[in-house]
Amino acid sequence: MSLREALNIPSSQITDEAVYRDRRRLLAAFALSPALGLSGCAEAEAPPPPKAAPPSPEQIKAGFRTDEVQTSYADVTSYNNFYEFGTNKGDPSAADKTLRTSPWTVAVGGACAKPGKLSLEDLIKGLAPQERVYRLRCVEGWSMVIPWLGVPLADVLKRFEPTSKAKYVAFTTLADRKQMPGIAYPSINWPYREGLRIDEAMHPLTLLATGLYGKPLPQQNGAPLRLVVPWKYGFKSIKSIIAISFVEHRPLTSWNDLQSNEYGFFSNVNPAVDHPRWSQKTERRIAGTGSKLFADRIPTRLFNGYGEQVSSLYAGMNLRTWF
Amino acid sequence: MIAAKIVVHALALTPAAILAWQIREEFLTGSGGLGADPIAAIEHRLGLWALRLLMIALAVTPLRQLTGQAALLRFRRLLGLYAFFYASLHLAAYLILDLKGYWTQIFEEIAKRPYITVGFLAWLLLIPLALTSTQGMMRRLGRLWGRLHQLVYVIAVLAVLHFWWLVKSDIREPALYAAILAVLLGWRVWRRFAEARARARQTAAR
Repeated sequence: MSLREALNIPSSQITDEAVYRDRRRLLAAFALSPALGLSGCAEAEAPPPPKAAPPSPEQIKAGFRTDEVQTSYADVTSYNNFYEFGTNKGDPSAADKTLRTSPWTVAVGGACAKPGKLSLEDLIKGLAPQERVYRLRCVEGWSMVIPWLGVPLADVLKRFEPTSKAKYVAFTTLADRKQMPGIAYPSINWPYREGLRIDEAMHPLTLLATGLYGKPLPQQNGAPLRLVVPWKYGFKSIKSIIAISFVEHRPLTSWNDLQSNEYGFFSNVNPAVDHPRWSQKTERRIAGTGSKLFADRIPTRLFNGYGEQVSSLYAGMNLRTWF
Repeated sequence: MIAAKIVVHALALTPAAILAWQIREEFLTGSGGLGADPIAAIEHRLGLWALRLLMIALAVTPLRQLTGQAALLRFRRLLGLYAFFYASLHLAAYLILDLKGYWTQIFEEIAKRPYITVGFLAWLLLIPLALTSTQGMMRRLGRLWGRLHQLVYVIAVLAVLHFWWLVKSDIREPALYAAILAVLLGWRVWRRFAEARARARQTAAR
């Protein structure tokens, strides 16, 4: 391989993120083994690392993990809709890292017995982070498969002891002109707001994510804390959360506020309900490491394929009216 | 003149050449600088250049009138044909790379989505203009040729509308093209009024 070719190797092709992480685990195991540890060139001589453990049938059944080809770390972190940092997909990752993620506080209030303003650390204290590999379907017709790291939202919410008046949960994103250059342009009525019905928020699939690919969330992916609701269009998964509120009435949500005929409150992934500009019948899957010139377009599934887990939440509802 | 034409050809082909190179890199290495969704990037880039060339072609007449350089007119057909070239590649990318095996979805998309309807219509209207762009057709059609080629104003409006309707909430970029188009068309309207006034004055003076 010539030097020029060597320099041209894309980062995505060097080592798959999952393989890389397994490799570290492998090396840690080697370090514990005296014979290999002394050999000095254990790393070079090591056999190819095993693939990350495939998800168990139970995990797949629960929807917690999927064995579909994952989107590369480079793609997950360079193709983002996060208008607080600009409206082009590359803007959020290209923006200066101006977001101060530490210290970070989240105000939790409304219809609950124990409201409070907590540091991020206190908010998730004692909750073991879990890895969830979810499909993410954007309303624009593309999708990814992302290994998130986070805690079930239900575990966090229960600590505040919501009262019977808590019918919905409202979320707010930070909107700081100094940290977020996109705020200068009113593409959205800042701050960005989202909401879920309480049963949706309490669903085991709903994740409060703090990382992806085993690393802390980058700024562009909603550092340091974001929501992930895998059966809804991506915009429901609000980023950089600073406030959570238990409310009695359906809260205002940003995209619904902007164009209520295009973006409903529920925004469940539904191939039968078209968006006026993008067909929701199919989606382009952005995944894998090779060339994406011929990325597959695949049929979109109702509730993004999580129907088995979540369809009971919408029993009796007309999903065309409540889109 | 020939040298100038070669320069214009080269300039008009440059975006296509750059994109072709990036597609090659993407194909070979998986990173051609086209981002996580290269198909969307290719579509967007081709569409943008179709629109830009259309605007440049529409700027020829005002520029000639302002500078008095009649020679400028010789580039108009070339620029218009390049706009058609990029628009056709834009549509081809949509059908072949984006919709792929689901290409029959195009009919539904045209029928249901206004931004695709107007975009497709703009491309359709470009076809008769491209077909009648030869000297022979110009001669044969006579006065009708000029009438037919006024369609370009409709096409330009549809093309800007196509762009405008596809953005979600940040309208700054399509608004820029709308403003450019408004100036280009506004100039023509203003000229026409000014000429009519001048003629009226002449008649009155006589």
